[in-house]
Amino acid sequence: MTRFSTFFAATAIASSLFLVPALAADTIKIGVAGPMTGANATFGEQVWTGVSAYVNEVNASGGIDGKQIELVKGDDACEPKQAVAVANRFVDQDKVQAVVGHFCSSSTIPASEIYNDNGILTVTPSSTNPIVTDRGFETMFRTCGRDDQQAVVAGAFILDTLKLDKIALIHDKDTYGQGLVDALKKTLEERGVEPVLYEGLTRGERDFNALVTKIKSAGATAVYFGGLIPEAGPLIRQIHEQGLDVKFVSGDALAQTEIVTAAGGAQNLKNVYYSSAANPLEDPATADAQAALKKANIAPDNYTLFGYASAQTIVAAVQGTKEGSVEDQIAWLRANSVKSAVGDLAWNDKGDVKDFKFVFYAFDDAGAPVPSN
Amino acid sequence: MDAFILAQQLVNGVTLGTIYGLIAVGYTMVYGVIRMINFAHGDVYMVSAYIAAITLAVLHFFGFQSVPFALISILIITCVITGIYGWAIERVAYRPLRGSTKLAPLISAIGISLMLQSYVQISQGARDQGVPILIQGAFRFGEGQHFVQITYMQTVILIAALVAMGILTYVINYTRIGRECRATRQNRQISAILGVNTDRIISSVFVIGAATAAVGGTLVTFNYGSFNFFIGFVMGIKAFTAAVLGGIGSLPGAVLGGILLGLTEALFAGYVSTDYKDVFAFSLLIILLFFRPYGLLGRAEVQKV
Repeated sequence: MTRFSTFFAATAIASSLFLVPALAADTIKIGVAGPMTGANATFGEQVWTGVSAYVNEVNASGGIDGKQIELVKGDDACEPKQAVAVANRFVDQDKVQAVVGHFCSSSTIPASEIYNDNGILTVTPSSTNPIVTDRGFETMFRTCGRDDQQAVVAGAFILDTLKLDKIALIHDKDTYGQGLVDALKKTLEERGVEPVLYEGLTRGERDFNALVTKIKSAGATAVYFGGLIPEAGPLIRQIHEQGLDVKFVSGDALAQTEIVTAAGGAQNLKNVYYSSAANPLEDPATADAQAALKKANIAPDNYTLFGYASAQTIVAAVQGTKEGSVEDQIAWLRANSVKSAVGDLAWNDKGDVKDFKFVFYAFDDAGAPVPSN
Repeated sequence: MDAFILAQQLVNGVTLGTIYGLIAVGYTMVYGVIRMINFAHGDVYMVSAYIAAITLAVLHFFGFQSVPFALISILIITCVITGIYGWAIERVAYRPLRGSTKLAPLISAIGISLMLQSYVQISQGARDQGVPILIQGAFRFGEGQHFVQITYMQTVILIAALVAMGILTYVINYTRIGRECRATRQNRQISAILGVNTDRIISSVFVIGAATAAVGGTLVTFNYGSFNFFIGFVMGIKAFTAAVLGGIGSLPGAVLGGILLGLTEALFAGYVSTDYKDVFAFSLLIILLFFRPYGLLGRAEVQKV
């Protein structure tokens, strides 16, 4: 009897080994890559939350033609080297069919080469650097805008709307921040304006007093910062504390509620402006997505919405082509538009969103963003 | 460049340097006694920032509104709790490995550092957290747009750092525990034979180191207003540099190194380039170590055969 049950157990275990891959083939694997740890983990969290919210919804309603979607998390900590390692793991080990990511442009650029070589559809929710789509990779799409578009808008905003021409350009020496500032520098030079200061700060530091004093001595009336919130917050606060009378302008990375705490309260955000996609929450086309997030009790943070939209893009391409090849999915995305959490998205042949519009925001007394004109 | 700008940069540099110095003290004390770099120190500093913010929230909840009272009680509570962290780190990561190779505790300290980071990230979230501004306003000298300012908070930092360093110097030089620390530092075995409980002394060095980091963490939190689970990394590297610059193992050296590093950074950033200020600061360190391998105030170690 004992011998029999041992045999039975062994058979059960052995057959379960055959069952697992059979089950796995019935799922669609999507990789989600971004900074899940490290200084920018807050963004990775948002993207992951957004993607998994949508995927849970699709899975709950039966999946794609009965196939469940399985998510694989990849942590690149916004480091290019780690991003490549994640990409290789996605391709070799996890065998994902599509990727949402990466987050930072500096990670997306090297990782997308691997995805492109292996024919994996890649949709980044946030990498705005022009190089991401300028290399002619067919598999690369984004749901966000481009920094060169953003820079043109920012240049016009500072020169024409704010009517300031003594501009200090500050960046964080990263692909996103410096790329944005360099593009703006070009835009300003085309208009014949030479920036009074061009400096890069170190990510991870908190004390920018020396830089702020330098901005003051350069006589700047406007500061444009290309970078993320952990540095933008203290910089804004220290500009305020040293009593500088300048307007602070920045890019879409500031479209986060935590900027209020990081900058030391809403009273410090009086002269702060940032460009971002038109607030998706006000677009009636996004009502369904908002309702879904509300039901799942998830805060509609900026990158949560873009992550959600990126997942929608991939699912739409898979469904639209009835699980066709990557070539079919690319062709489908170029020909159709997707109703997403950040509005209706359609793509050009490069993989950039057609007619992506940047809008400028300021802050009201409570620190809530309001459109600025 | 006028004199006001130069004076302002000096103020910026000295305040930043004082903070570096406070954190550097932790590195230097631990190294002085056990000849080991505590790589988790930066993260102890990060944990103390969270403890300070949580203490503030609790005090607010119970209706304590007085700023001096809040600041002092936060400093004390943060020092105590962070001290417990320091004690625990020694117990978990150092003591079990004391007899093994020199590299083992180094690796376990890095492990503790990663563990603390992930623990705070998971329990408190990855977002930037903030505290309300406690002390606002500044002393301003000068008129119009030409002035030098020292914010009240910067004044508090300087005073608190001075007091902390004063207490520490007194403890090391004039108390029983300080004497035992110095004895353990000179020769652990002989001290043990002469009746010094060296295990307890090493524990207390970790506690004191963590407490100075807590003073730094509290002050930085209220000065810059925002923090996240990753702030320990850059601060740890900078403070470690300050400790090496001043001569690792030397208390006044840590403070001197911190202030020098802060001033170098502020002046280089102010007059040359922010991009390259770290490159410059570290090049300076390398050049200095060519001429004084034990740092500014460090003493050469005699190798006994």
